[in-house]
Amino acid sequence: FVGTSRVPPAHVPSPNRVTFSMTVTFAKKEIGGAKNGGTRDVPTKKAPTYYPAEDVPVKAPSEREAKSCGVAKLRKSITPGTVLILLAGRFRGRRVVFLKQLPSGLLLVTGPYQVNGIPLRRVNQAYVIATSTSVNVQSVDASKFGDEYFGNKNKSKAKKKGDDFLAADEEKNELSEERKTDQLAVDTPLMTTIEQTPLMAKYLKARFSLSKKQAPHAMKF
Amino acid sequence: MKKVGEPCTLYSKGRILGYKRSKANQYENTSLIKIENVVQRSETEFYLGKRVAYIYKAKREINGSKYRVIWGKVCRPHGNNGLVRCKFRKNLPPCSIAGPCRIMLYPSRI
Repeated sequence: FVGTSRVPPAHVPSPNRVTFSMTVTFAKKEIGGAKNGGTRDVPTKKAPTYYPAEDVPVKAPSEREAKSCGVAKLRKSITPGTVLILLAGRFRGRRVVFLKQLPSGLLLVTGPYQVNGIPLRRVNQAYVIATSTSVNVQSVDASKFGDEYFGNKNKSKAKKKGDDFLAADEEKNELSEERKTDQLAVDTPLMTTIEQTPLMAKYLKARFSLSKKQAPHAMKF
Repeated sequence: MKKVGEPCTLYSKGRILGYKRSKANQYENTSLIKIENVVQRSETEFYLGKRVAYIYKAKREINGSKYRVIWGKVCRPHGNNGLVRCKFRKNLPPCSIAGPCRIMLYPSRI
């Protein structure tokens, strides 16, 4: 075996490198025991058990990645006012009006509530079929809605101790007045537009379903 | 709420034909599925990536249901006549062969 001696490429440090470093914040923790000094400084975040021995180069984001900012790109078929069919979740099979894409990438939709009982809601693009039908939503102002408006705010519960476990959960989810007024504010201008188109309200109320001979790949939505 | 009797089929029906195989060897990590009304390779393009559910019954209830699911997804076409290869989270059991499965319409690309 005659091998060629290969010189390894010169080690050029690339501009993007992750160096292991950590700013540690400490918290005072009470320690029991008479001879243990009472309190101890404990790091709030434990040091990782593994870190790479050498600096690790950070992969630069591709052009597509950098442009997306981590948010799903809106499909061309989905524009404000498009009627969408929800494919999963509580309202599967229902038709819904698309309002705008939220900063997280989710879609803001509304029934409207008076028509099919679907309130202002967030929906993931992947669980939606865009139809070619659309409604004029220029009269609707959806600018005040962001991701913070939605989402379960009761999630952070204080840790229960002792007999609190047996106490009843007082989380009764009431629909706030704010939600109701917001829903009306969005729906009323929408309803006037919908009522101008014949059968649009009935269309939004109707559910989508596949029947025996239908093949979704052959359907034009 | 949904009235009783209103149809709500949001999936395509499929049949599980067996595992990916040659004459004498089979590879159970991939199953072959025939989707109803799909007869050409060109028609399978719509279904690629879609989630597939194999649903079966069991005696013991889990989370209030006697029905259980094995989820998977459509990976690629198989052959020229509309068959499709699917990979499931857990390999499908042999008793599923010739049984039905559901090809959901999500993740949707239209």
